[in-house]
Amino acid sequence: MTAERETLRIGFIPLADAASLFVAVDKGFAAEEGLDVELVQEVSWSNVRDKLNIGMFDAAHLLAPITVASSLGVGHVKTPIVAPYNLAMNGNAITVSPSLHAAMAAQLDGDALDPLATARALARVVADRKAARAEPLTFGMTFPFSGHNYQLRYWMAAGGVDPDEDVRLVVLPPPYMVGSLAQGHVDGFCVGAPWNSVAVDLGVGHILHFSVELFSRCAEKSLAMRERFALEHPQVVAALLRALHRAARFVSEADPHEVAALLARPDRVGVDAQVIVRTLQGRLKVTPDGATRENARYLLLGQEGAERPDPTQAAWLYAQMARWGQAPVSPALLDAAKAVFRADLFDAALPSVAVPTPPSGDAIGAFSGPAFEDRDIAAYLSAFPIRRAP
Amino acid sequence: MKIVIVDESPVRAAILEDGLREAGFTNVERIAEMRSLLARIYAIDPDVILIDLENPSRDILEQMFQVSRAVRRPVAMFVDQSDSASIQASVDAGVSAYIVDGLKKERIKSILDLCISRFNAFSHLQDELARAKSEIEERKTIDRAKGLLMKAKNLSEEDAYRLMRSTAMREKKKIFEIAQAIITASELFK
Repeated sequence: MTAERETLRIGFIPLADAASLFVAVDKGFAAEEGLDVELVQEVSWSNVRDKLNIGMFDAAHLLAPITVASSLGVGHVKTPIVAPYNLAMNGNAITVSPSLHAAMAAQLDGDALDPLATARALARVVADRKAARAEPLTFGMTFPFSGHNYQLRYWMAAGGVDPDEDVRLVVLPPPYMVGSLAQGHVDGFCVGAPWNSVAVDLGVGHILHFSVELFSRCAEKSLAMRERFALEHPQVVAALLRALHRAARFVSEADPHEVAALLARPDRVGVDAQVIVRTLQGRLKVTPDGATRENARYLLLGQEGAERPDPTQAAWLYAQMARWGQAPVSPALLDAAKAVFRADLFDAALPSVAVPTPPSGDAIGAFSGPAFEDRDIAAYLSAFPIRRAP
Repeated sequence: MKIVIVDESPVRAAILEDGLREAGFTNVERIAEMRSLLARIYAIDPDVILIDLENPSRDILEQMFQVSRAVRRPVAMFVDQSDSASIQASVDAGVSAYIVDGLKKERIKSILDLCISRFNAFSHLQDELARAKSEIEERKTIDRAKGLLMKAKNLSEEDAYRLMRSTAMREKKKIFEIAQAIITASELFK
């Protein structure tokens, strides 16, 4: 450890899945590692990305797919980014308006908890609307390069809905999501906590699925930094990773009410602590009449080794970009994507952290479609009838 | 060339609009209403979109350009991939430009340079305004403390001020801080 304190500026979006960052600073874990961390609240992912890329931030809480997109130069200026720490896995949910919920329930042929059954019900609703020449359904998600976008698309397409042809997908900043649903600008959305719960509490939405019901493990938010910064400051990176690891352990072991109180601060997430407690416990109210559903794996922070970046996860995110025409399919891009998730930096900083192997099958654990393996992306994608490429 | 300004601050948008007009860009429209942002932009079909960096709707534009890439026409953001100095300057100033491809690079550069200088001018104005406001607030606090001292110690206005000033000098503090302390103390003694 260096004698002098290292100053770091880290950008974040006010979301519950940045918990480890908040706790690392607020509980003094970062300071004990010799780091003086300034957390800067941001309003949009584009801002976080740009300020990280040009060096106004040393690190950032970033959508995992953006770290891959930035490194590949897809969608924006190409800047090599590394993700040596996974801030969160899973944690999203798909919510629909009461009227779409009713329409889907009327068409449901199977279990409402089965994503394939609901996706097929959605396909029937979409077909009926087409026959009636009604406007296509509109769904909100948070960013073109986001788990939310890919989760929505994967789910819809599994039921036979083409997300680019049969419905409209629009980007909405998370704080606008609930209002847009209430006013009928969107019929549903996929977003992280706490916005699904807020919609349910206001009686304007039904939670259809937790994202963990679609994919058992899905990299959601990364701690991102410029590759150059990581190269030039290995000690600082290691210290930050150690602080985050302690914070993640604190989040999973401490009283959730204490953690929620930290997160509820207006300069952090700025929502009611009670809603955050529900998120941390994975127990969400799913319908306005008060029915709840529980899944301990709803949002993984430190549990199950979720914090260690897995290059296979980066490969899967790249495969989604390729599937939906955001990026070309190429072995070189695949390799570049995998290189973004730096498990080696994680292992160097935290050599004693035991990482359990994923519970079943592949690294992703999708509810439908083939098991993911990253050797041949084109072959993997060819198993999906609805896709843009290759 | 059609330019759209997306900004919720009417003052800043007006400053920018004037600058663009002076520079010969006459087809300039401002969107302040974020809810219908996409529909408005599609209807106007601009060549350049200038957006306040702190506007959460920036993410919406990112998607628009993703879609445009596939179905409408290619898009470049900021000036050029290699021009990181311009990107830095525009992010520093708080403006982001989305520019449709096919425009001459020099024209884009001049628009962006103009935006950066106008945005900087605006934040300079804002700083001055904030400073003037806080000076008025300080003056009010000092006057209130002076009044309290005059009443409590039966001093003239001049003596009350002198007492505060000498205390400030002795304690190496600002008169404003001494005034605040007097007000706090008097509230505690109530």
